[in-house]
Amino acid sequence: MNRSLDDERVWEALASVKDPEIPVLSIVDMKIVSRVRASGTAVEVEITPTFAGCPALALMKDEIRKVLTEMGFTDVSVETNFTAPWSTDLLEPDAREKLRSFGIAPPPRPVQIDLGRALAEPVACPYCASAATHLESAFGATLCKQIFYCDACRQSFERFKPL
Amino acid sequence: MTTPTIESLLLAMADDELVLGHRNAEWTGHSPILEEDIAFSNIAQDEIGHALIWYTAYEKLAGRSPDQMAFERPWNEFTCARFVTYPKGDFAYTVVRQFFFDVAEEVRLRSFLASSSEVLRSSAAKILKEEAYHRLHTQGLVERLGDATEESRRRMQAGVTAAYAQALGLFEALPDEAVLVAGGVMTPNIELARSWIEAVAPVLRSVSLTPPVALTADAGGRRKKHLPDLEQLVTDLQSVYRLVPGGAW
Ligand SMILES: [Zn+2]
Repeated sequence: MNRSLDDERVWEALASVKDPEIPVLSIVDMKIVSRVRASGTAVEVEITPTFAGCPALALMKDEIRKVLTEMGFTDVSVETNFTAPWSTDLLEPDAREKLRSFGIAPPPRPVQIDLGRALAEPVACPYCASAATHLESAFGATLCKQIFYCDACRQSFERFKPL
Repeated sequence: MTTPTIESLLLAMADDELVLGHRNAEWTGHSPILEEDIAFSNIAQDEIGHALIWYTAYEKLAGRSPDQMAFERPWNEFTCARFVTYPKGDFAYTVVRQFFFDVAEEVRLRSFLASSSEVLRSSAAKILKEEAYHRLHTQGLVERLGDATEESRRRMQAGVTAAYAQALGLFEALPDEAVLVAGGVMTPNIELARSWIEAVAPVLRSVSLTPPVALTADAGGRRKKHLPDLEQLVTDLQSVYRLVPGGAW
């Protein structure tokens, strides 16, 4: 895809907007920003939510508007695309590493073909890398996470849900 | 050929998701164990997210926003099935109801993957991935609680007996269904009901839970023939919004 210089500046600026539920990743790392089009003082941004019920969406939209307004755009539109697909397979290796260093086990990949198989794979503890872990709760503190327990270092940790 | 209007279909699904999401949220802080409190709160939040997907698709066609549809509509204008409107009841009833709903949603969404409507195809693909987590969880609960102790068996069987005919009401024909079927938008509800019966049967059988023998689908919701339970729920749901209409915080 060809990006204009203006688009590039917008992508860079959006990389400073964090996902409030995973503050170690930006909305660009998360692939939540799906389209940018800047021209003159107008800019259109399209975001694709991870989980449709994500309560942080409104906050992220406000933050995007704020950052782009501060850049000098006077006509800022932020649209949510609920029909575009989103998958944890989109997360790049460096985003996965950031998750791990933050104490969240990254999702396995690829999950697109067979979720059941992805969920059956062992999950390495983000603290001690042991595979001696087990699922504590299929649901966690936010829609995108599950709770695991490490039998080696005896700590519970979160895992990003494969989607 | 033009795609027939899908507004009534979108609203029926959005209303089902919103109302069941609200019912399940009533377990937040009240579930028997912490893990289930978290699970049902998450599932509730997911379902309300799915309602947002369908209301947003509706807005593109009909111009009324998700907030308007959820918070400004009188309760007797909702077209959800009665199934989702019943009080949360015993936790076993909630487990069975959510399992029945998860299977119904899976059956319906899978049928949409071949729909002539682009928005139904793409939304269904997105929602199915989240739904897989719900079904894994609720089917697991049915399999464990259906076969655990005397008491859990009795309560789960009571849940199945109460919720089965209610669940069939999810497949009540829509007023304009014939046009939608002819246009390749959807599979007839009667066929979806058959697929649902076939999908839940082996799960129930595996733990010796039995559906009631003589039954009539608990229909009416799609024609806005509701019970007072929905009025109570919608009053509760809209109470904050009505205090400060259009307020933001
Ligand atoms: Zn560990």
